[in-house]
Amino acid sequence: MRVVLAEDLFLLRDGLVRLLEAYDFEIAAAVESGPELAQALAELEPDVAVVDVRLPPTHTDEGLQCALQARRDRPGLPVLVLSQHVEQLYARELLADGSGGVGYLLKDRVFDAEQFVDAVRRVAAGGTAMDPQVIQQLLSRRAADDRPLGRLTPREREVLELMAQGRSNAAIAGQLVVTERAIAKHTSNIFTKLDLEVSDDDNRRVLAVLAYLDQGR
Amino acid sequence: MTTDMNPARARAREVLLAAVRGLALTLAVVPFSVLLFVLTLVSVSLIPIGVGVFTTPPILAAVRTLADKRRELAAEWCGVRIPSAYRPIPEGANPWTRTYALLRDPATWRDVRWLQVDMTAGYITALLPAVLLFYPLEGFAVAAGLWRPLSRWGGYWYGFVHVTDQASALGAGALALVLLPLAYRYAPSLLTAHFRLTRAVLGASQAELAERVRVLTETRQDAVDTSAAELRRIERDLHDGAQARLVAMGMDLGTIEMLLDKDPAKAKQLLAQTRQSSVDALAELRDLVRGIHPPVLAERGLGDAVRALALRLPLPTEVNVELAGRADAPVESAAYFAVSEVLTNAVKHSGADRIWIDLHHSADNLRITVTDNGKGGAVIAAGSGLAGVERRLGTFDGVLAVSSPAGGPTMVTMEIPCALS
Repeated sequence: MRVVLAEDLFLLRDGLVRLLEAYDFEIAAAVESGPELAQALAELEPDVAVVDVRLPPTHTDEGLQCALQARRDRPGLPVLVLSQHVEQLYARELLADGSGGVGYLLKDRVFDAEQFVDAVRRVAAGGTAMDPQVIQQLLSRRAADDRPLGRLTPREREVLELMAQGRSNAAIAGQLVVTERAIAKHTSNIFTKLDLEVSDDDNRRVLAVLAYLDQGR
Repeated sequence: MTTDMNPARARAREVLLAAVRGLALTLAVVPFSVLLFVLTLVSVSLIPIGVGVFTTPPILAAVRTLADKRRELAAEWCGVRIPSAYRPIPEGANPWTRTYALLRDPATWRDVRWLQVDMTAGYITALLPAVLLFYPLEGFAVAAGLWRPLSRWGGYWYGFVHVTDQASALGAGALALVLLPLAYRYAPSLLTAHFRLTRAVLGASQAELAERVRVLTETRQDAVDTSAAELRRIERDLHDGAQARLVAMGMDLGTIEMLLDKDPAKAKQLLAQTRQSSVDALAELRDLVRGIHPPVLAERGLGDAVRALALRLPLPTEVNVELAGRADAPVESAAYFAVSEVLTNAVKHSGADRIWIDLHHSADNLRITVTDNGKGGAVIAAGSGLAGVERRLGTFDGVLAVSSPAGGPTMVTMEIPCALS
């Protein structure tokens, strides 16, 4: 799987390259600035891009803008955005086109190599990887006045959180140490209680949950 | 003034207005000047025997009220702005202190000088527009027949015309006819001249500068204090937080190195713990950074930073941004933290279930309003969050106003003069 990586800090870039190579990714390019990233994304046609939000030359949200532009040029181009901080505002912009293949994680998540690599693979396959912090922000804002959410059992809420992060049923089952069947049942309960259309497609399901959590705000 | 009025009628209206206003000034306002000037003189001369100490503060306060009223009229009637720069009267101090403070204020003596000018030159310049208009009208009345009763006792002088019969009364009418265009031409500018004169005496160039220096000194002190306190807080947070965690992690790594051969299971457990420490340290640093300069603010500017802030609130919040560019970083930062503090206040105390934020820049002025539909009653009390916001904005010559009637809604308005780039 070919990856384009954009990160301006040498230590982190180097670490990420080593980490990804250890998990058999092919690094098509590892760049350190916005313009280089734009060029690499246009020319190298990678399977997935791993991008830091803040890049030179402006040191603002150059990386994010590059990623969004690349996705406009090539809809569905899988992009995993990394940042020192997560903002619901950015998550919303990344999800806005509703086409999946999007990830948005804190850089800290790299510490858990297995999970991080899983997220990269998921995004490359057109799935979603949202940082738990984004999901918690969404949930805490909605929880106060949201009746359907209040009807969920604590276990269903846990499943909802993991589902919104983009995990598959199998992964959720693994993390909560229950059978996949049990998760499937929780999932269908959640969809009924939130009045969402049930879909077999994992990806569509995640986007529906995220849209539900973010609506009206 | 309506636009469909033709210019001549509009002018006539203006002339009449100037005459009436001039008359009002001479009849109602100028006599107060005479009265207050006399009272001031008497009161000040009574200070040595003690009585004046008690009478001077209220009389000088009345003088200030009169002067301020005239400043208002100048702005309202003729668009002449007269800056006011009084030092604050110490409230609650003993009469000696108050009298002393008042007499030391150069603005007080400027007021007294103005009273004298107002009684003389001011009186005449205010009276002239009225005379220029009403005297010709009287002339016409004389010509039309008013001369009969007026000249019953040996004639009547209209200007230099001695009116004794219809012929000389017509002469008076002719003179009036000459005078009237003068009114038409000069009455409004004469009223303006009155206020210009007032400004020349009452306007405070030097004192204004002194006041400005005082405000700047105060706000600079605030800014220095605030930033010093901030630095101390940051130092303490780093020292007790991230720094301490890194030290602990270093120690743990040392232990792990030692355990690696002896007890690999224990080493692995400790490793997991160390990783958690690093995550916690990062979380702490992130919070700290957000408190110093929020990353969204750096990346996106004020509009999006406030939007991101609103997304973190537990209440539905509408954000409306009309900014054509970005303000200087210090201004952005001050505005952001001001909004943040006001929002925290609203969430904590107002009991609102909806908030509206509006950011708008026009005429070199950044204007931010935060409105909530809560129970109102918010005040800028000493030591409160809002007082802190007011102080911080003060550094940028910004101001804060709170409208919060009991029962709500509460609207906090902040304005900071700045340019966008």
